Amino acid sequence: MTDLTTRIGPLELANPIVTAAGCGGTGRELARFFELARLGAFTTASVMLQPRAGRPTPRAAETPSGMLTAMGLPGPGIDAFLERDLPWLAEQDVPVIVSVAGNSREEYAEVARRLNAVRTVAAVEVNLAAPNVEDRGRMFGRLPGPAAEVVRAVRTAVRRGVPVLAKLAPDVTDLVNVALACVDAGAEGLSLINTMTGLVIDPTTLRPALAGVSGGLSGPAIRPVALRCVYEVHAALPTVPIIGSGGVASGLDALEFVLAGASAVAVGTALFRDPTAAPRILRELEEALSDRRIGRLADAVGLAHRPPGRVPPQISPRRGAASPGRVSEPEEKLP
Amino acid sequence: MTDTPGRAAGLQTSATVLTVRQVRDYHALTLVAPAVAERFRPGQFVALAVGGADSARLVRRCLPVYEVKPDYGGTVEVVFDHRGSADPGTGWLVSRRARDRIDLIGPLGRPFRLPRDPVRCLLVGGGPGAAALFSLADTLRRRECTVHFLLGGPTAGAVFGAQSAQRIGDSATVVTEDGSLGEAGTVREALPAVIEKTGADVVYACGPTPLLRAVSAVATEFGLPSQVSVEEFLRQTAVCGTGLCMTCVLPMIDDDGVTRMVRACADGPVLRGDRVRWGDLGTIPFDALGAPRALGGAL
Ligand SMILES: Cc1cc2nc3c(=O)[nH]c(=O)nc-3n(C[C@@H](O)[C@H](O)[C@H](O)COP(=O)(O)OP(=O)(O)OC[C@H]3O[C@@H](n4cnc5c(N)ncnc54)[C@H](O)[C@@H]3O)c2cc1C
Ligand code: FES
Repeated sequence: MTDLTTRIGPLELANPIVTAAGCGGTGRELARFFELARLGAFTTASVMLQPRAGRPTPRAAETPSGMLTAMGLPGPGIDAFLERDLPWLAEQDVPVIVSVAGNSREEYAEVARRLNAVRTVAAVEVNLAAPNVEDRGRMFGRLPGPAAEVVRAVRTAVRRGVPVLAKLAPDVTDLVNVALACVDAGAEGLSLINTMTGLVIDPTTLRPALAGVSGGLSGPAIRPVALRCVYEVHAALPTVPIIGSGGVASGLDALEFVLAGASAVAVGTALFRDPTAAPRILRELEEALSDRRIGRLADAVGLAHRPPGRVPPQISPRRGAASPGRVSEPEEKLP
Repeated sequence: MTDTPGRAAGLQTSATVLTVRQVRDYHALTLVAPAVAERFRPGQFVALAVGGADSARLVRRCLPVYEVKPDYGGTVEVVFDHRGSADPGTGWLVSRRARDRIDLIGPLGRPFRLPRDPVRCLLVGGGPGAAALFSLADTLRRRECTVHFLLGGPTAGAVFGAQSAQRIGDSATVVTEDGSLGEAGTVREALPAVIEKTGADVVYACGPTPLLRAVSAVATEFGLPSQVSVEEFLRQTAVCGTGLCMTCVLPMIDDDGVTRMVRACADGPVLRGDRVRWGDLGTIPFDALGAPRALGGAL
């Protein structure tokens, strides 16, 4: 049996597979396909203070190995969320990570503060890709300063003991700097990555395909970018837990994120194609770990950062069968 | 995979292809999917994953169901349009052969509401969406309703099911814009006369958005309830079909008079025609719940 438990700061998860913000509906839609209790955690869509209709349609366009979306953060607002969605989630026997967003630092903090009314929030994830009205609609997470201000405001607002995670988008000059600023401001963990901005033009209408013009690219197309982000940030901040996400569609994809330094892995757009992707990926990850004779998930976190040569037995890249490795026993601990 | 309730309940299945055939301008794909066939109710749809198991195509194709049959334990036939389409997803569907497998989720969405009494029903369709009306017709007839058809399209080839409608309907009217089948004209032009002639008590419709808009407006003028399936809108906007992604939203007036953005896949595809804000499709009306105005003009 592989030990799949993992930690995001003070939060212990039974397994590392979580849903990505905004990709699991209210939870009820996914629960038709599998019990949410099988997830490490369920992450909500980003909750804002007011109900929000979002962007007009078309909101999505299929792209090679991915999709472009401009949703505009639709949602019921914090009051309806607390009244309707969270109580239902609380009954599902799964840790709930509530994603929060705001038009201003104050709004983020206010949404986070309202969450203190209930005891069922396992962690608060701060979506720093929301547009900052005071910065011409550019996202808060674009620069270390505004990102840290938001994280600090949320950290101050949220009850102690409930970890705050900062979710960052890759469209920044220096992601490590933004991540550092968020951690300095009190983030106990990082969620990497949000979508990256892209554009699709419709050859029929000769106009952008999305009503929102540009949108966020997600899906397997962004996986290498996401992995690079996780790898870089883990290298710079090896003690900060990371939830890795970006185009994870299989157990081996998830393994890549773990090896790059993620303690948990979020499944996003893959749920749209396969609503049972999360339990499948978990099973495949467990197999992939045991095929590699890694008994504990925690031992695999960041393994890709070890110098070459110090790796577990060589195995065929896609599947099981361990061949005698040149090097050490997998159990062997590094200094 | 059988280890999840959804799969155990048959909501998601690996369905075996029986046939792919061309029907006029469209393609019809028949799949063996017993659990889906068993639970299907007229107006519901299925969402197909395209490109095979290893594909990175994330967007499911949400397609109307023409009929379910008990053969092979239960089959489901869907209809779609691939003419002149650059969509590699429907291209992949067209190139399926018998015994291929397709990942299918369904039946999904809210079905047509059925009348309690044996009333006179008018079923209006256009495009591949007209396919969804035939299982409805069967169900209505079993309830001893009278069933009249009005089908339309730009050309004869674009009218799905004209012959079936003649066969099973108490009456069937066909209109084409170029006059190549039935009378020359549009559904909107023909509708008032058909309502009067058939004495319809309720109007059902499925197909392109402009057709649904016209049907809803005319039905309301006549004081008739309309149940419309936003098949084309769903096909054009949906990503998941299962209510997860929020890409398929349209503005609809709720019971409390407030306009909310509802999901075509999960809150529809069958909606009350008089409640949909047809003129505002593809927008967020300024008075919708959570419209940008409520954000102090910031967005
Ligand atoms: C269907 C789907 C739902 C998702 N939901 C969430 C979620 O709830 N929480 C989460 O953390 N991640 C979520 N993700 C990940 C991610 O897409 C982001 O939330 C996303 O980066 C921004 O939100 P959006 O997709 O709604 O796009 P939008 O908000 O439309 O933004 C698209 C791009 O435009 C910019 N932008 C937006 N508004 C303006 C404006 N007024 N002026 C100038 N620029 C602007 C944004 O910064 C962004 O770069 C989701 C991904 C998908 C595919
Ligand atoms: S298609 Fe995803 S919510 Fe309707």
